[in-house]
Amino acid sequence: MSADDPLYVIGTPAAKDDGLTKSTGQEIYADDIDLPKMLYGKMLGATVPHARIISIDTSRAEALPGVKAVVIGSDMPRKYGILPVSEDEYPLEIDRVRFVGDPVAAVAAIDEATAEAAVRLIDVEYEELPGTFDIDEGLRPVDEEENRIHDYGARDNVHKLVNLHFGDVDTAFADSDSVHEGVYFYSGNNHLAMEEHAAVAQYAASGRLTLWSSTQTPHYVHKAMSKVLDLPASRIRVVATPNGGGFGGKSDPFPHEFCAAKLSMNTGRPVKITLTREEVFYMHRGRHPVLMWLRTGHDAAGAITALDFKSYVDGGAYGSYGVASTYYTGALQTVTYKIPHYRFRGVRVFTNKPACGPKRGHGTPQARYALEVHLDKVAEKLDLNPVTMRRSMLVDEYTMTANHMRITSCGLDSCLEKIATASDFANLRGQLPYGKGIGVAVGSYLSGSGLPIYWNKMPHTSVDLKVDRGGGVCAKCMEIDIGQGSNSVLAMTVAEVLGLTPEDVQLVVADTDTTPIDLGSYSSRVTFMMGNAAKEAGEKISAMLVAAVAAKLDLDAASRVLRHRRVEGRTSGEGMSFADAVLLAEAMFGQLTATGSYTPPRLAGPYKGSGVGPSPAYSYSVAAVLVDVDHETGIVTPERVWMAHDVGRAVNPMLVEGQVEGGIYMALGEILMEEQVFRKGMHKIPSMLEYKSPTFLEMPPVETFIVESIDGEGPFGAKEVGQGPLLPMPPAVANAVYDAVGVRIDELPITPEKVMAALAELAKGRPGRYGPAGVPDIDWGEPIDVDPVWYDQPPEQWVATTRRAETD
Amino acid sequence: MKERLQLSVNDEDYDVVVDGSKTLLEVLREDLRLTGTKHGCELGECGTCTVLVDGEPVLSCLLLALDIADASIRTIEGLAAGSAPHELQITFGELGASQCGYCSPGMLVSAAALLERSPRPEGQEIREFLSGNLCRCTGYLKILEAIELAANRVADRREAGELDPEHRMPQRPAAEHGPDLVPVEGKRGSA
Repeated sequence: MSADDPLYVIGTPAAKDDGLTKSTGQEIYADDIDLPKMLYGKMLGATVPHARIISIDTSRAEALPGVKAVVIGSDMPRKYGILPVSEDEYPLEIDRVRFVGDPVAAVAAIDEATAEAAVRLIDVEYEELPGTFDIDEGLRPVDEEENRIHDYGARDNVHKLVNLHFGDVDTAFADSDSVHEGVYFYSGNNHLAMEEHAAVAQYAASGRLTLWSSTQTPHYVHKAMSKVLDLPASRIRVVATPNGGGFGGKSDPFPHEFCAAKLSMNTGRPVKITLTREEVFYMHRGRHPVLMWLRTGHDAAGAITALDFKSYVDGGAYGSYGVASTYYTGALQTVTYKIPHYRFRGVRVFTNKPACGPKRGHGTPQARYALEVHLDKVAEKLDLNPVTMRRSMLVDEYTMTANHMRITSCGLDSCLEKIATASDFANLRGQLPYGKGIGVAVGSYLSGSGLPIYWNKMPHTSVDLKVDRGGGVCAKCMEIDIGQGSNSVLAMTVAEVLGLTPEDVQLVVADTDTTPIDLGSYSSRVTFMMGNAAKEAGEKISAMLVAAVAAKLDLDAASRVLRHRRVEGRTSGEGMSFADAVLLAEAMFGQLTATGSYTPPRLAGPYKGSGVGPSPAYSYSVAAVLVDVDHETGIVTPERVWMAHDVGRAVNPMLVEGQVEGGIYMALGEILMEEQVFRKGMHKIPSMLEYKSPTFLEMPPVETFIVESIDGEGPFGAKEVGQGPLLPMPPAVANAVYDAVGVRIDELPITPEKVMAALAELAKGRPGRYGPAGVPDIDWGEPIDVDPVWYDQPPEQWVATTRRAETD
Repeated sequence: MKERLQLSVNDEDYDVVVDGSKTLLEVLREDLRLTGTKHGCELGECGTCTVLVDGEPVLSCLLLALDIADASIRTIEGLAAGSAPHELQITFGELGASQCGYCSPGMLVSAAALLERSPRPEGQEIREFLSGNLCRCTGYLKILEAIELAANRVADRREAGELDPEHRMPQRPAAEHGPDLVPVEGKRGSA
């Protein structure tokens, strides 16, 4: 097909391929799997936050009737971790536990009740070590090497230190017309996917292991399984079952997956382990709590002259994605506004709490909240309309940022214009009655990480197509649908290229044995990357069909198109059905199969750490929120949300809207109520009743505007939508609260208590603010000084720059 | 302690012997293999395990199976009439009200119970009735639209005399819904 051909499938709202499968209860999730002779597994978690394991006695558990196997740490003595730089976990810890709930033993029994009874019979003797529970404590020097949480990292309990400097921030501040500072805190929270993690492992007599798991990353689980179990990867098959929600929470390899596998190997029977909700709260890997400080310089018109940003990241007990998360708190500030000089300092500390990892927006919502609330304050001080000020300093399309991020398509100005108009922002801001307020903010997110998690030059995704003699097409890809609709994107893309309908495309997905590589459903990468691979594979099949039809009908191949289940002349309409064309083509070429792959362009900048942040394209979002703030109770009620999202091209506008609405909802939970709360390492609210999340009654009406900037490298111009729309929401609500009652809540979540405390301050004539007072002064080490790529550098120069260094 | 009990689920009678401490949720999923009903907390907090007992939505994770032996139970698998899905199931697919789909079974049986008592529920009525069913994907908006659309379609047909108003679970003939919504077997990685 040529770029001028109309699109028949892409851009049309369509039901998800699995819509009825799910609404009729026919979908099979991991915990629904029931195999003959299956055993049930249960893990035992640590009861103390930080301790040496002196002994583990499993004899009483083993003696319990119905117990078939017990494993402890020494049965799987090989470390793993999602990032190669922080492989610091055992499936079951061997000599030390680092958080309450840290698994130390696992049991397989004939039923769940027996397994539960058995783990309670395991006797573990601990020698407690000093606990570290927050950022301040995590930054303190550790008296004895033995008391460090891990024996690696920057120093003491500091896991990671980042100190990057692009340009000359201090001189830029000195030359600025005004300089502004602020301090913010974003609490940690949980994904709270409705489905609790579950895995079923079956070790067959043939020596082959199959693992069905609710994972977002079957490829990484496959790699970790091979390492930890010391089995060749060729003997292991990982099948990701449809995820009952992921949001980043099913992106690490998890202890229960290894334990189910090991217990199956020891018993020769299938083993299922399903976490309880309480266990999910402890397994966590959710949003990092982050304390932030920032300073911006501005010229007389309000444009940013320089940004200095510090983030203090509470990592929890293990590395997980934390190194990447830390960099992400400093990576994407530059992709929305022109920032000529930029300094980012970030630190992640280990604490004796469940490890944090990626949640929707991965490390960037925290920083975006700080930056957008800060800019709202600056706009007020400079007496500028916050929308006008933002619009005056947006990045331009096809430019580079100071920290070497390559911007391609950018519909941010269009998003701002649409939201300002739809919400009547200029007429409402500062003019609503007391208690009502409106706020605005922008955000941006990756369409997939430009670099893979482990360094390699291979494709990030591939799609295999096989055409059936009956005219059907089977598309295979390791992608996993976690509810976002990636299966539909695959079917729709293949259908578009081959002139079919999505129902003509059968899918085989998320299976390491039968499907070609896809790195997983994380970093909003699937539509962009898999879409490009599917398009390439489809075009190869299309070329064979067109050649066969052209030869048969003695016509010019260049004028053939595939549409309406036919291969025909673009103008004449002469041709034949797709199914007939398949028969001709198979006679000419043999079995019709084709593979398409996608590898992002080399995007990393010339400095260590530049692998986090680059993406082949960025999405852009703008939110306006109208709130009601009750000054007597402090209760904040969002009454209406307007969201514009630049998705490049909406492959399926209905699913795009669904992602926008879901992102807004998830953000509202984080803004208003959701928070992981611990006391001495114990989770205070590990249940869905006490960990409050928004219900039907808390969701306001939403007006969604889809902006299509048609990205030059995205499939049909498409970019991401799964994560981006969450980003502008927290600052938009905080800014609206200020507009409503004149208080600044610089710490999420914005609870009634914080609003009341700030109002009380205001009533006493003091600044009406609730938030952290300051940030710790620490040794950041020597900065890495990097020549910035100025935002207005012409493309030919930045392409050369980006190709200079491939990775750090 | 094993107990023998008779259960009526989706108009079929079951005779099972189960541990007396088992919840209805466990018996449905583990003994009857009706895995359409899900679980998200096992403590009565999320609504995912909702089933209908004598037409009333209840949390099956909080009920002992023994306690409801005389009642008529309906699960998500019993919402469709044979291969013809309930109108709610059609609109959930049609409008994208199921993303991950995990909350859908509980959401759908609650919504079906609502339509039984209120043929054209208003938005706020739907919100209040379903406020015990949590969803983490959709922000509830597409669910609201799907329930309204299904309710209006069913009520329109009833008013046009196309359906017996006493029909307990109004169904749409299988031929009416488009081929794009027919569930396709084998579209997933094999489990």
